[in-house]
Amino acid sequence: MSKKRTGAQIILDCLEREGVRHIFGYPGGAVIDIYDELTRRPNLKHYLVRHEQAAVHAADGYARASDQVGVALVTSGPGATNTVTGIASAYMDSIPIVVFTGQVPTALIGNDAFQEVDIVGITRPCTKHNYLVTDIKDLARTIHEAFYIARTGRPGPVLVDLPKNIQQSSIVPEPIDLKAIKIKSYQPTLHCNPRQIKRALDMILEAKKPVLYTGGGIIASNAADELFQFAEALQIPVTSTLMGLGGFPGVHPLWMGMLGMHGTYCANMAVANSDVLIAIGARFDDRVTGKLAAFAPYAKIIHIDVDPSSISKNVVVHIPIVGDCRDALHQLNSLVKKLEPRDWRQERQEWLETVNEWNRKHPLGYKQDKKVIKPQFVIEKLWEATKGDAYITTEVGQNQMWAAQFYRFKRPRQLMTSGGLGAMGYGFPAAMGVQVAKPDDVVIDIAGDGSILMNIQELTTVVEHNLPVKVAILNNNYLGMVRQWQQLLYDRRYSQTDLTSQPDFVKVAEAFGAVGLRATKPDEVEKVIRQAMETARPVFMDFVVDREECVMPMVPPGKATHEMLLA
Amino acid sequence: MEASKSVRRHTISVWVDNTPGVLSRVTGLFSGRGFNIESLCVAETMDPSVSRITLVTTGDEFITEQIIKQLRKLINTIKVVDLSELGHVEREMALVTVKAEDKSRAEVLRIADIFRCRVVDVSPNTYTLEITGNHEKIQAVLGLLKNHGIMDEVRSGALAIQRAKKD
Repeated sequence: MSKKRTGAQIILDCLEREGVRHIFGYPGGAVIDIYDELTRRPNLKHYLVRHEQAAVHAADGYARASDQVGVALVTSGPGATNTVTGIASAYMDSIPIVVFTGQVPTALIGNDAFQEVDIVGITRPCTKHNYLVTDIKDLARTIHEAFYIARTGRPGPVLVDLPKNIQQSSIVPEPIDLKAIKIKSYQPTLHCNPRQIKRALDMILEAKKPVLYTGGGIIASNAADELFQFAEALQIPVTSTLMGLGGFPGVHPLWMGMLGMHGTYCANMAVANSDVLIAIGARFDDRVTGKLAAFAPYAKIIHIDVDPSSISKNVVVHIPIVGDCRDALHQLNSLVKKLEPRDWRQERQEWLETVNEWNRKHPLGYKQDKKVIKPQFVIEKLWEATKGDAYITTEVGQNQMWAAQFYRFKRPRQLMTSGGLGAMGYGFPAAMGVQVAKPDDVVIDIAGDGSILMNIQELTTVVEHNLPVKVAILNNNYLGMVRQWQQLLYDRRYSQTDLTSQPDFVKVAEAFGAVGLRATKPDEVEKVIRQAMETARPVFMDFVVDREECVMPMVPPGKATHEMLLA
Repeated sequence: MEASKSVRRHTISVWVDNTPGVLSRVTGLFSGRGFNIESLCVAETMDPSVSRITLVTTGDEFITEQIIKQLRKLINTIKVVDLSELGHVEREMALVTVKAEDKSRAEVLRIADIFRCRVVDVSPNTYTLEITGNHEKIQAVLGLLKNHGIMDEVRSGALAIQRAKKD
């Protein structure tokens, strides 16, 4: 037993012990020993990305779809700096990933050595935690701590920087008990205070116009079933943030759609008129609240979140509850079951009728056109063709908002999007990660013609591994969302947003060895989608859409949510 | 925001793991989130694996609450206490070299004596004094010494400790 192992061996031993099966990465001088050891690990499948940013987005997509910690492995210096956008995105969206970076040998650290960069310093503000391993004796414990921190509490990315000499030296490793991994200074509160839960429920029972406002915390804590049960039991209408989509079925009578800047009229009006707002696993982001002073002005606010620093950060909360969302909803549901039965359908009728009236007055919609493809139409057709069951990733901008509005997500973990950071170039590599986690399911990246170019090199990766990711490019020859702002807020001065100069995406796909399809008229859309779905290979669908279509409704920046522009 | 917006000075004690990079996590938090640090003191505790940071900041209730929550959120943070909310004793130290020639030599010593400063270095035309006390006292002494000509001065941040229970 007491055989010496190299650092590189210990690193991969740790990954195997953590149950890791897939790694997204890119080799280099400072991780060459780990890559050498990888040749002897048939259980660890490595996906060679073509840019390190994509490795991190892929690990992020993988983590979201699979509920496992995603892993990326890159070399030092530029390999490490290329991961920063991916890490920052995962940090904003609370996604559990561990990023391993190579580092120059410890003796050279601080020496401005070749491909040296202080990646721990660079990523300190955008990781949940990070480590530089300077002693091989700390190596195994550090890696297991990294996984533990990434997946517990409010999840997030953790980076482990691995100097080359640590990978090359050897020790006799001490036995590791994963259950014994604890950090004395890190003990997230998961169990919610039952007294606070009771107070919250009393407030909810008194409410005449309650609204559930849910976020990514519902997804992260796997609380969708509990949320469903709670909303149904008390007949409370539900809206969610972009990150929370899929946490409540998008085809349910209590579902109001997303809220915020591009939320539905119904959801924003319901929040603006609510008397009790129950925020669960959401963080009152500026894109949700609009002008803070006018957000939910009549509501008492209950806020449930695992991260105490999210509570009362932006708005004053009347009942703060720190803990796991699922635990909170579980406790609430148990209390509800013990209540004297009341006819909530009856009691809630007036409020739900008001909500429905708002929905009838201004439903999500668009003007169909016979000649030009409307981007929303493409998404509706994707929904139909996949029966609403596909895994959807998005890029950032109009494509993202239309996906959020028109693909009615049924289940949690069905949507992966760079919600907080808003990183263009996220969707395609994320889709790759999702497809690795869900090899038998349909995965579609809803993209724009701007975003898709930001990680288009990954066509190589998906072709190499025959990951049959489908990319639907809503091609309006514009950097659409910025153009929309320029149209509405800057007198149509389209500064640097015209993307008419662009490659032929069909030929690009073909050049990389994938399949390229194009639709230029509305009646071609279904055919293209059908053809793509029948193709067991990666496919680019280039939908040439209405150039100046805007995402509506829209709350102009700095305005109150009820002051939204409707069309 | 209905709660009061009164801005005041807070002295916060933070116990952290004594590992490399912890201080930059703390200071990075302040710069990254636009919080203000007036002073900062760090040293090992009796337990060499733990350091204790005393930091002084100003802000209203919301900012201070955020500062404390964000400090607690750092993985390496063991404990955070806002001493301003509790009975506590606070001390700062200053070392100051003052011009002290013929006629002012006795006067500088008198000031040192009144404020219980210690003379830690002497030259034919200067005294170097060690002043300890709270922020206001140090300001007061330096104000008096200024008239005699301050050649050099260095000040610590605040150190603070909670008062023991008396009953």
